[in-house]
Amino acid sequence: MFSDYSMSELGAIFAMQGFAGLILFSVFVLMALGLAIIFGQMGVINMAHGEFMILGAYVTYITSNVFSDYLPALFSIYFFVAMVLAFIASGLLGMAVEWAMIRHLYKRPLDTLLATWGLSLILQQVYRSVFGAREVGVTIPDWIMGSLPVTDMIEVPINGIFVMVLAVGISAAIYILMYRSSWGKQVRAINQNRVMAGAVGINTEWTDRLTFGIGCGVAGVAGSAFTMIGSTGPTAGQLYIVDTFLVVVFGGAGSLLGTIASAFSISQAQSIMEFFLSGSMAKVLTLLTVVGILMLRPQGLFALKLRK
Amino acid sequence: MLNVQELRAAYGESEVLHGLDFTVAPGEIVAIMGRNGMGKTTLMKTLMGIVPARSGVVSVDGTEITGLKSHQRVASGVAYVPQGRMIFSAMTVQENVETGLTVTGKKKVPENIYELFPVLLEMKGRRGGNLSGGQQQQLAIARALASDPKILLLDEPTEGIQPSIIRDMARTLRRIRDERGLSIVVSEQVLSFALDVADRVMVIENGNFVHDSPRAGIDEARVSKFLSV
Repeated sequence: MFSDYSMSELGAIFAMQGFAGLILFSVFVLMALGLAIIFGQMGVINMAHGEFMILGAYVTYITSNVFSDYLPALFSIYFFVAMVLAFIASGLLGMAVEWAMIRHLYKRPLDTLLATWGLSLILQQVYRSVFGAREVGVTIPDWIMGSLPVTDMIEVPINGIFVMVLAVGISAAIYILMYRSSWGKQVRAINQNRVMAGAVGINTEWTDRLTFGIGCGVAGVAGSAFTMIGSTGPTAGQLYIVDTFLVVVFGGAGSLLGTIASAFSISQAQSIMEFFLSGSMAKVLTLLTVVGILMLRPQGLFALKLRK
Repeated sequence: MLNVQELRAAYGESEVLHGLDFTVAPGEIVAIMGRNGMGKTTLMKTLMGIVPARSGVVSVDGTEITGLKSHQRVASGVAYVPQGRMIFSAMTVQENVETGLTVTGKKKVPENIYELFPVLLEMKGRRGGNLSGGQQQQLAIARALASDPKILLLDEPTEGIQPSIIRDMARTLRRIRDERGLSIVVSEQVLSFALDVADRVMVIENGNFVHDSPRAGIDEARVSKFLSV
């Protein structure tokens, strides 16, 4: 199958395919980081994670319209404002949901699954009622569009680079929060022993609310970034949720590094195989491999070794 | 320092503590002795707000803490070393101690905690779960002391610890009391340890105190009779 191409063409194809894989990797990382906090650290199965992302996307859509109507001079930088607003909107909704629903269900993880699934249906209908059933596209500032020519044959899309930079930045920020801040310490203490965390003086209720809010806020930022790649519809969140859980579970719940490693291996496997096979075949093979590995290693790729 | 009146606690319908009354003076070490299932751990958990009190009043230094959440009790000056130690095993030794700093607002572990337990300073980068039982016990005490308590509750600290370390622990607890002037309540089944550490020994049986005597002039035979099965 390679005989039709010259060596330099092949090289270009591999380079661009590899880069496409890196973009997919960044998308996975962005999707999974919020869930790595909520599911990995808090143990909450949040089926509405995709809808929190879509909220971020709709916030971006609104922001872009507001900027193009009222502040056209600043349109080129609206995206940064939109991401901050997306974080705040999704984070606040997350904290409200935690207060109203999740906090009553910490001892009943399976009920959380049902409750958050119900929440995802409610949110989808809300989006449909407010924004309409049709998908909306966001006008992207010109500087993000187009691509950067590296050589004559290799071009890399600028929005891809933007997503990659964002993924790296947010991963670093979450790592620092999780392992260097006192909030991170409290979250990890609660994750290991909720009762004892309270008995050493940690306000578990407030920390839980904040943590859930931060996880949802990160999902909102991811949703905001995805408006550059695809269009936004009321049910678009459903497309992401399976991959997101796959990445977090495969990486080993509770390990940030595991989440990143798993996002990398799944995305690279998928994008390389997609070039040789059909898209659905690539997906099937990736899923089968992940299922196989999880059967041998149910705790995921990265799990702590400790004396029990 | 600690004042408990008519404290009742229950799991569902079955009442475990039937109206306990006791006070602990500032700087006093009280050992609460009793066989398994007599209510020692329940008493500790009720004082800590982990098991809700059905009725009664608990106050620390004149401030009532009945009905407060665990973390609010820590902020009012109660610290807790639970049975089985319950350290955060996936976190490093230093991080474990730092969790205790939450209510004080400090960022750095005070030096005097590591002076009490030099082994923790040596191992501060290790994960708590990889320490030995005795080291974990020291870590749990250090974590409790980090919140700068007025009263320290220890639930069966000698459980699963080798005898030589038990002697050290009694000495360390007295030293903590002398240096910090706090009060200590320790629940215990091992009489020799209780006699080493305590100023006063109380015996709990079926959720009631049946014996209360100062360390000096204690009738050892009588107390050990309560403890024999």
